[in-house]
Amino acid sequence: MTDMIIPPPAVGLRRLRAAFKDLTLGRVCLTIVLLLGACLMVFPFVWMLSSSLKPTSEVFDADFRFWPRTFAGVQNYYDVLVTQPYLRYLLNSLIVCCGILAVQLITAVPAAYALAKLKFRGSTIFLGTVIACLTVPINVTSIPIYLGLVKMGLLDTYFSMMFPFFVSVFAIFLFRQFFHSYPDSIIEAARVDGFTEIEIVLRLILPAVVPAAAAFSVFSFVAHWNDLYWPLIVVQSQEKMTATLSMMQYRSTFDINYGRTFAAATIVTLPMMLVFLFARRAFVRGITMSGIKG
Amino acid sequence: MSATASLHRRQSRLAYAMIAPAALLILLIYIGPMISVVLASATDYSLISDYWEWVGLDNYRQMFADAQFGNALRNTAIYAAVFLPCAFVIPLTLAISIQNRKQFRSLFEILYFMPVTSTLTAMALVWSALMDSRQGILNQWLSTIGIGPVNFLGSPEAVLFSLAGISLWAIIGFNMVLFMAGLTAIPRSLYDAAKIDGADHPVDEFLRVTWPALAPTSVFVAVTSSITAFKLFDTVAVLTQGQPDHASEVFLYLTFLEGFEYFNMGYAAALSVFFLGVIFVFALIQTLLADRTAH
Repeated sequence: MTDMIIPPPAVGLRRLRAAFKDLTLGRVCLTIVLLLGACLMVFPFVWMLSSSLKPTSEVFDADFRFWPRTFAGVQNYYDVLVTQPYLRYLLNSLIVCCGILAVQLITAVPAAYALAKLKFRGSTIFLGTVIACLTVPINVTSIPIYLGLVKMGLLDTYFSMMFPFFVSVFAIFLFRQFFHSYPDSIIEAARVDGFTEIEIVLRLILPAVVPAAAAFSVFSFVAHWNDLYWPLIVVQSQEKMTATLSMMQYRSTFDINYGRTFAAATIVTLPMMLVFLFARRAFVRGITMSGIKG
Repeated sequence: MSATASLHRRQSRLAYAMIAPAALLILLIYIGPMISVVLASATDYSLISDYWEWVGLDNYRQMFADAQFGNALRNTAIYAAVFLPCAFVIPLTLAISIQNRKQFRSLFEILYFMPVTSTLTAMALVWSALMDSRQGILNQWLSTIGIGPVNFLGSPEAVLFSLAGISLWAIIGFNMVLFMAGLTAIPRSLYDAAKIDGADHPVDEFLRVTWPALAPTSVFVAVTSSITAFKLFDTVAVLTQGQPDHASEVFLYLTFLEGFEYFNMGYAAALSVFFLGVIFVFALIQTLLADRTAH
């Protein structure tokens, strides 16, 4: 079995020699600099994870060591997940992100299809509005939306946390570009075959849009998981607090228990890190897709 | 009635049904609030009392006379002046260095991109611990080379630089991936042609091929990074709340304070309109430059 993997010695030697030929001083230095930079990027995560396993007394020890002298990890995470309502916060974040995403997809996909493939009066104005709205961030519209929610007595509800994001003009624009490149001939052929317009959307278009929708989903989910601004404005009670918002409890004055503080920070960051590691391609695509946004 | 006319009528009826939910929501979430925010900026409305009246342009006059507004703009500008050049040059250098290598390429991609995906609000807490003026690990490192202790987040001179550093950490991977996407799109043949023309030095190659071909990506990165810089909020809200002595009170944080802490809705609306104006200017610059670089 193993002999099959090991290449014949001649080939291996040639490859080794080729590798060494590329190995100039400049390249080695560059690699070292890149590695050092990468370490710097990752260090905060390592430090956070390490501190979340330590008792308070060890967190600010003069010489940093990854593994604690006294292991307090179990206690810290138990405190955060069981004694403190972090499971509630995570659940709230999950509910809000899923709710937002579901409504965004349900409203954006049909609108985008209509814009790309159906003729109707006013389509240019609608598309123009969508593109103009691409540049408008929530920070501009937050005051009127907040006042409206106050008047309707809806502050501190899941609805108020999700409402401003129910329509994603970015998704409409993105999916419209996507549908635009979908061949008309296939749709025509389906029409000739007696497919109704609804059937065309359900049986041809929806399966085709899945990759773009997946990338957008990751993008949307991460954006709203990490959002601090809007929850900070509309959430008032512990029951509705999101994971990201819960970090505000530690502002300026840490929890006296440092280990526990960073266990909480780890728990809040972890879901998006896992999404990233397991769905890296979709993630990077989702982020670079924002290349169209702006 | 011809068949095509009826098809068209059926099509447009269906189209209206399909855009109706999105159109209604755009009206409620974008158009309505944007009109309201402009109207509200001409009132003295505050959430505290129900009584309000029209004040015309008074809020705008107050804004330009307000020392806090000037201070917030200055802080944002200083922060951006530190943040933007680094947020452009470092990712570009990284993208070019990583793009063509066979070993470690995806490893570097993952490691540099990790901060982008993380929850900045949580990681800001970690940064504040690393930057702690007495026990922070950054100051320990600095003291070993004889520089000593910097109050990263507590001193008015350092705080904007420290915030810029944290934002930089969070954005490098993002811009790097954008640059890498741009680099991948440059056709190999351009490099071959340049080689025939005698560009064999990497710097030559960069100036003659990479830089011009990368122009659309560069414009995009520059504009989105500028908007990101102008929208600085999360780290300020968690770490400094505009302190010490208003030294980290940046524009969006000031708007937030006026609106949602002091409930001066009319004045905050005026600040929001100003904010919208700035964003539109950036969008305009991008469109103009994108048109120019496309030729």
